Amino acid sequence: MATIAERLHEEWTTPHTLYGTLATVDHKTIGKRYLVTAFVFLLLGGLEAALMRAQLARPNQHLLTPEMYDQLFTMHGTTMIFWYAAPILSGFSNYLWPLMLGSRDMAFPRLNAVSYWIFLFSGIFLYTSLFMGQMPDRGWFAYAPLTELQYSPALNMDFYSLGLIFLSISTTVGAINFIATALTLRAPGMSINRLPVMIWSTLTISTAVLFAMPSLSVALAFLFFDRHLGMHFFQAAQGGSPLLWQHLFWIFGHPWVYIVVLPGMGMISMIIPTFCRRPLAGYTYVVLATVLTGILGFGVWVHHMFATGLPILALSFFSAVSLTIVIPSGVSVFAWLATLWGSRPLLRTPMLFALGFIALFVIGGISGVMTAAVPFDWQLNDTYFIVAHIHYVLIGINVFPVLGAFYYWLPKMTGRMLSERLGKWNFWVMFIGFNVAFFPMHIAGLLGMPRRVYTYPSGMGWDTTNLISSLGAYLFAVGVLLFIVNYFWSRRHGETAGDNPWDAASLEWSVSSPPPEYNFAVIPTVRSRDPLWEDRLGTPARSSIYSGPVLEAGRETTSTRPLDADDVRVLNMPEDSLWPLIVALALLVIFYGLLLGGWWVALAGAIVLFIAISGWLWPTDVTAEKEATS
Amino acid sequence: MSATARPMAEPMAEPTSVVQMPGWWGMICLIATEASLFAYLLFSYFYIGAQAAQWPPTTPPELRLALPNTIILLVSSATLIWAESGMKKGQRTRYVIGTAITIMLGIIFLCIQLLEYHGKNFGPSSHAYGSLFFTITGFHFAHVTVGLLMLAQVEVRAMLGHFSASKHLAVRNTSMYWHFVDIVWLCVFFALYITPRLWWHP
Amino acid sequence: MPADSSRSPLAAALLLSLVATGCAHAPSPMLPASEPAAHLATLGWWLIAVATIVFLVVLFMLLVPLRKRRHTISHADIAPPHNEGMILIAGALVPAMILIGVYIGTLQTLSATATPPVRPKYMIEVTGHQWWWEIHYLNANPSGEITTANEIHIPVGEPIALRVVSADVAHSFWVPQLQGKIDAIPGQTNSFWIRADKPGTYRGECAEYCGMQHAHMAMVVVAESKEQFESWMRTQLAPAPEPTDSLTTLGLTVFKSAPCVLCHTIRGTGTGGRMGPDLTHIATRLTLGAGAVDNSPGTLAGWIANAQAFKPGSDMPQIQLDGKSMSALLAYLETLR
Repeated sequence: MATIAERLHEEWTTPHTLYGTLATVDHKTIGKRYLVTAFVFLLLGGLEAALMRAQLARPNQHLLTPEMYDQLFTMHGTTMIFWYAAPILSGFSNYLWPLMLGSRDMAFPRLNAVSYWIFLFSGIFLYTSLFMGQMPDRGWFAYAPLTELQYSPALNMDFYSLGLIFLSISTTVGAINFIATALTLRAPGMSINRLPVMIWSTLTISTAVLFAMPSLSVALAFLFFDRHLGMHFFQAAQGGSPLLWQHLFWIFGHPWVYIVVLPGMGMISMIIPTFCRRPLAGYTYVVLATVLTGILGFGVWVHHMFATGLPILALSFFSAVSLTIVIPSGVSVFAWLATLWGSRPLLRTPMLFALGFIALFVIGGISGVMTAAVPFDWQLNDTYFIVAHIHYVLIGINVFPVLGAFYYWLPKMTGRMLSERLGKWNFWVMFIGFNVAFFPMHIAGLLGMPRRVYTYPSGMGWDTTNLISSLGAYLFAVGVLLFIVNYFWSRRHGETAGDNPWDAASLEWSVSSPPPEYNFAVIPTVRSRDPLWEDRLGTPARSSIYSGPVLEAGRETTSTRPLDADDVRVLNMPEDSLWPLIVALALLVIFYGLLLGGWWVALAGAIVLFIAISGWLWPTDVTAEKEATS
Repeated sequence: MSATARPMAEPMAEPTSVVQMPGWWGMICLIATEASLFAYLLFSYFYIGAQAAQWPPTTPPELRLALPNTIILLVSSATLIWAESGMKKGQRTRYVIGTAITIMLGIIFLCIQLLEYHGKNFGPSSHAYGSLFFTITGFHFAHVTVGLLMLAQVEVRAMLGHFSASKHLAVRNTSMYWHFVDIVWLCVFFALYITPRLWWHP
Repeated sequence: MPADSSRSPLAAALLLSLVATGCAHAPSPMLPASEPAAHLATLGWWLIAVATIVFLVVLFMLLVPLRKRRHTISHADIAPPHNEGMILIAGALVPAMILIGVYIGTLQTLSATATPPVRPKYMIEVTGHQWWWEIHYLNANPSGEITTANEIHIPVGEPIALRVVSADVAHSFWVPQLQGKIDAIPGQTNSFWIRADKPGTYRGECAEYCGMQHAHMAMVVVAESKEQFESWMRTQLAPAPEPTDSLTTLGLTVFKSAPCVLCHTIRGTGTGGRMGPDLTHIATRLTLGAGAVDNSPGTLAGWIANAQAFKPGSDMPQIQLDGKSMSALLAYLETLR
């Protein structure tokens, strides 16, 4: 027995050297790096918000100049929506997917590594704008023609357009990795009706990424070309159209908001059943709702443009679809409530975050319904009501599930439980702080306060709500800090977690905490949706978790057919490699070259890129005979 | 943790069907996202065109170079299909020759495209139409270039004997990509060169 | 305080907070002063009512199970999933019915507010600039056109047609108590209409981020009786009055020799700057700098001397004048009624 573990350890371990650090393709390491880096961006975005709320706490303040404020609100939105909200979910998915699927790695381990490096480098690229005093300052939505060179002459919006194109490479290859993994790298027997809900949600959004991201890339390319190559995509005088930017941006942007929340919902769909001690009610409905939301998300983008003067027919159509997309969300909410009802829930910290999430989800969804009613949106759009809505959905459906997921899965990652006491304080301070900060913004909007303003006059009736919001925001920040305290406390003093501290059902809880590098000593065969609960549920067919193929001739895992997970084959997985890092560095050089007008530098970077990709794809001795993976 | 290794009667085989090969799905996904890119480019073209008083603002682009170029690209796909079916039968030489012809045709395509650019009486900064025309065809040009680089690499690997009749995923993936680039050109050609003629009146 | 029990608690709470925060002055869409805005507000109140009820129902369903919570994990107590029947009914069917109701309300409100009930007699072209609003009352006869800035006067009860355009970037014209908002997009003309059914002064804001001073791009709509409105129009049509004494004559000279004329026009004085607001009747305006400051002699002096202090980044430069020139200029400008 020990010898199998030792042999697998030999194959899969990464040395603790500089080379190992730079070349590792271990999905667990990459997942943890994503989590830490995304969390740092969360804190940066939070700092930006804290400064903004200080400025807005009272009317007519001058703590920040309008230029500073414009940079802060732009960077807050951009950082949070792009460099925090999706990557943090990638972090969880990256870490957990192979463990949930009964696999030893993701389908493309090196692509996984490059997606992390690009995420990191693109964030560094973006934030070098801070040191040049030219942070993007035209809003995270960057409407044309305000972003054209004529109205934005410095580098601010070039950091924005190039930084986002850079990041989008990471997002896209990450999505490709998830799709290929979900289709081919599942444990034998894990047919699609047995997939954990989190797999479904990340698979759905990965597909959405493939179709949504290019719209943003096209928009950003057009913007860069207008600004630096004299083109005229968004300039009305030469036949271009400012509204084209809005269409392209929101055709991407609306699916994006579902991309940053659906995996959070997927994680909640795994947490609630554990603490209700029963499988998710309506699994099939939840899966269909998830996929339907992903699809419908592409049909609503014009609801961000209701006030632009479009024909009434178009407005009516998009209003209808925007109302329709509420229904799959309603199905999910009631699936969670159905799981809850009649069970006797255990209120540990992950469950508190799950329950808080449901409450905030419903409020955010309802305020969204209010904006889907076109004529009322003509009053609500571009006011603080929308700021309230977006934070209820983004913090409610991303941050709260993320915190719940940390409390739930950090024990698996570190082997230590977090403090329940601190956890409860963490939850309540965040929940109360959040509502105190953002609920009054609904009222400010209904009192006529527009958004994206660096200050406001007194006597408008907006003073009180703004002060309350600022105080709530600081309370919320304290809550986030409590989480950081709890994390560090748990590394030192947390009780040992063991394999399955929550007595949960899915495969990741069948291995040690933290898992071995090779995840599973034997590849499990799965026969139901809740493998670790089969004995108690009395399911007729039983999964074989501790008995199965070992696959120790190199780094190997199994590949099966996409629908039924039968016809088990062996796949050879790549070793650690420096090519991903080199590719990411070459891209960094290209983007800095484009930013600073160094076309030759960019070209040199492109040549290095080509060499690195060729080297990457070139078979090594081990894989020369095995053409099945790349 | 107790784990019992189930003894294997024979080593497990590698996948033989592409649906079990991650690399194949990877290329499918890449094609899907790049296809979307061109869909959005063409959407932009028609969106701006729909609002223009006259579209294109000058005469429709000439077919004199573009039509033969289209045929050249179509032929290059045919030669690649011929090459790949040779690979499936283990005929390496046929694959190498067919791919070489495909690469040459691809290079000719790019040269003719550059010739066409040179002869235009407007540029990307002349007006929105110019920006769209050059950007859309330019993105396609870039994709052809990438396709040629991929073909070159797979050609070298074929000559080195990396592939066999039963194992040649890189060949398959590269072919898929090349045919995709060809189909994109048909769409771009239809949109930019043919649709103005369907309703343009001198 | 209205304790109408047929209102939802949230609406009552909202009204209370409206009053409590002293926001009788708030330019709030929930305090409509026109029929179209009233339609929008009614839709809004219905939505708020539905929202409150739905939220309370879900909250109830969330909290009730918690009464029977357990405190330890027991290995034996895993049970099969249940309650699945209710998911589609509660999660799909009931929401669908509510949403259909919302959609019907949406369509009804759209048709009630999209076009004015009678053909408007006046059409105003509103041009958004960074960061002020240029106002033209259009007229078939060019000599009947009125040009002003940041302020619109309308007769109570009559619909007014608007053409909303932009001179530079995207802006949005929004007077919440009178109508929803409409964007000003370069290269596009958006047709719109407003109306006021109660006399008063209604504040509007720019509602699309348009650069550094987006926060200071307010406008006012003054709704007044027909007689007052026509009197205002006659005044606006008249060119600037001639200066009558030596101080105001000096003031006009100062105006013409200072950088003012590069951007501003005072009709009747031979000046023709077009980059900034028309100043022909500046003394009648309620605010300066598109709501950046109130309009009084003291603030006008401050604005001229150092507009950047009130509206940093605006196109108005600092104008350095000695004491005598400034008093003369102010005296002249105050005559421009």
